[in-house]
Amino acid sequence: MKPGILAGAVLATIWTGAAFAQSGGTIRLADVAELSGGGATVGTNWKNGIDLAIEEINAKGGILGNRLEVTHADSQSNPGMARAQVQKALDNEPYVLLGPGYSGSVKVTAPLAAEAGIAQIMGGEAAELTQAGNKFLFRTSFGQQSSMPKVAKYINDDLKAKSVAIVWVNNDFGRGGRDVIAREFARFGIKVAADLSTEAGQADFAADVSKIKAASPDAVFIYLNEEESARILKELKRQGVTVPLIGETTLVGQKVVELAGDAANGARGHVGLTTDAPVDLVKAFREKFVKKYNYIPDHNGIKGYLAIYMIKAATEKMGKVDAKKLADTLHGLTIKAANEPGILMDVTFDQNGDIDRQGFLVEIVEGKQVIKQVLPKLN
Amino acid sequence: MSNLLDLLVAGLATGAIYAIVAVGFTLLWQTSQTINFAQGEFVMLPAFLMLAAMHAGAPFWLAILIGILLSLLLLGLGFKMLLVDPMLRHGVLPLAIATMALAIGIKEAVKQFFSAEASPFPSLLPAGDVAIFGRMVSLQSLGVLVLAILAVVGLTAFLNRTSIGHQMQAAAQNPTVARIIGVPVERMILLTFLINALLVALASLLITPIYLAKFSSGEVLGQAAFIAAIVGGFNQVRGAIAGGLLIGVVDNLAAAYVSTQYRAAVPLILLIVIILFRPQGIFGRAEERTV
Repeated sequence: MKPGILAGAVLATIWTGAAFAQSGGTIRLADVAELSGGGATVGTNWKNGIDLAIEEINAKGGILGNRLEVTHADSQSNPGMARAQVQKALDNEPYVLLGPGYSGSVKVTAPLAAEAGIAQIMGGEAAELTQAGNKFLFRTSFGQQSSMPKVAKYINDDLKAKSVAIVWVNNDFGRGGRDVIAREFARFGIKVAADLSTEAGQADFAADVSKIKAASPDAVFIYLNEEESARILKELKRQGVTVPLIGETTLVGQKVVELAGDAANGARGHVGLTTDAPVDLVKAFREKFVKKYNYIPDHNGIKGYLAIYMIKAATEKMGKVDAKKLADTLHGLTIKAANEPGILMDVTFDQNGDIDRQGFLVEIVEGKQVIKQVLPKLN
Repeated sequence: MSNLLDLLVAGLATGAIYAIVAVGFTLLWQTSQTINFAQGEFVMLPAFLMLAAMHAGAPFWLAILIGILLSLLLLGLGFKMLLVDPMLRHGVLPLAIATMALAIGIKEAVKQFFSAEASPFPSLLPAGDVAIFGRMVSLQSLGVLVLAILAVVGLTAFLNRTSIGHQMQAAAQNPTVARIIGVPVERMILLTFLINALLVALASLLITPIYLAKFSSGEVLGQAAFIAAIVGGFNQVRGAIAGGLLIGVVDNLAAAYVSTQYRAAVPLILLIVIILFRPQGIFGRAEERTV
């Protein structure tokens, strides 16, 4: 064989290997999540959801015959650490980057995944994340721009509140939610009676609740992470605040109910994902999760699970394992639960990576989420 | 005005817990020159010991007893014999650094063997309110305040009115002379470590229902109690009590009237002012050691 032909053959072999970056019948995924620190609840649920989905898919032969493998790295709920972990994860050329869950961590890691041309399926909900033109970033739940208008409408139409105290956590997630809801309140003519920023990881909410009491609002809108939500609910009960407490998924999640106990009763909120959803596939997921991990997952557990099935559906649609084309395939993709039961509910991804799916308005009654309204998928 | 009353009660309740932890700081410093930078983690750990007992099937009251006993064993006896005694002969600074390492070790161990997530913790005190000056005040806040004050008053009475208390003071003031007059100094020092273990277990029992049980919850507590001990006077139990209450109230008032973002800085500013103008602390005495 001539040297030129030999070199060509070697190059072709290398190229083929690169095209099937996930050679040897294995698809490698990298997860960077909040496994410790303030977001440990978020990250642990997310990780467990991922592991459950991977176990199921591998048990059925994998994706297009390829087994899934995932590495989990701990961001320690710290954006700086998240960035370092994502950089490290991308060096190993994963098929998809999973996580982080905190919007602040997503914000600093998204450019890295985009630069590598790798799809990033994450749990962040800050509105701005998908508005920066990043073509590789995908949500697993509603962004604030989708959920907050529904919450504001509920406060205006159903609660008929004229003044609301807003309590938010001073990070990208909290600030983003506060800005969107304040805008929506202004649209409805609802007065912001108190605008309270709190710190991530804050333990003592006595002063904040005193300020809420002093402002005498018709309702309180709470937009904190899960542990802080539980602490403020306990303090609100301790100080005898009885006005309606409204929030989003992070106020009425399973972990909050577990941590806040009785104090969570009466809290209401919009949730995109809940294991109490009146959907058979969601109920089946909940049973499988509880059987494996011995606790009821919150929405982050569902998000992690869905992320893997998003990869499965998109890869099967492509008919090949191609990391570079996965993001293109996900844009505009509708995945129907009838065809892919792991996706739990029909979902459509738009060109920004935002999702359209049915949602729920829930209230905590005797320690359980009770669905008050089902909000249908828009398209 | 009513808002101020709420803030004061909540601040005093938190401050009373800081005071208990700060008293432990001063006791250890007095008797064995130990600055325990793991004191916050010492408050965090008993709650997890109690939770572990409850997970094993023990009722809450039994879990409390088990938690206290294990605290005495691990955070009192074990801490003294396995860390303080071997390190102290090398000086105060190596020991202080060793306690920092211990703090990290405890946190990571709890994270590893229990969970990185927060866990709920039952309250000793009933929910509900009680009317004071026409205002409804939380029973839990009041209960925490009362229990903490009882603990501190009891400890002060023990130190000042019992023979063992006098011996402990003698051992702290001048161990050489105390030995000559027959005080079992080593036993008194051990007793101090056991009292500290008891105080942190009580603080854990009071604060964890509010802050939730989490491996990292000792960081805030340890820092607040350390500041409280310095502000009040590191060499006086009454200084630690005053410092704890002051920091609790200042922290709450700062969060309400200054800024939530800067609330953590206000006690530190107070600390700087105290060090500049009264280095021995509000109630501390220069170059003197008493329990």
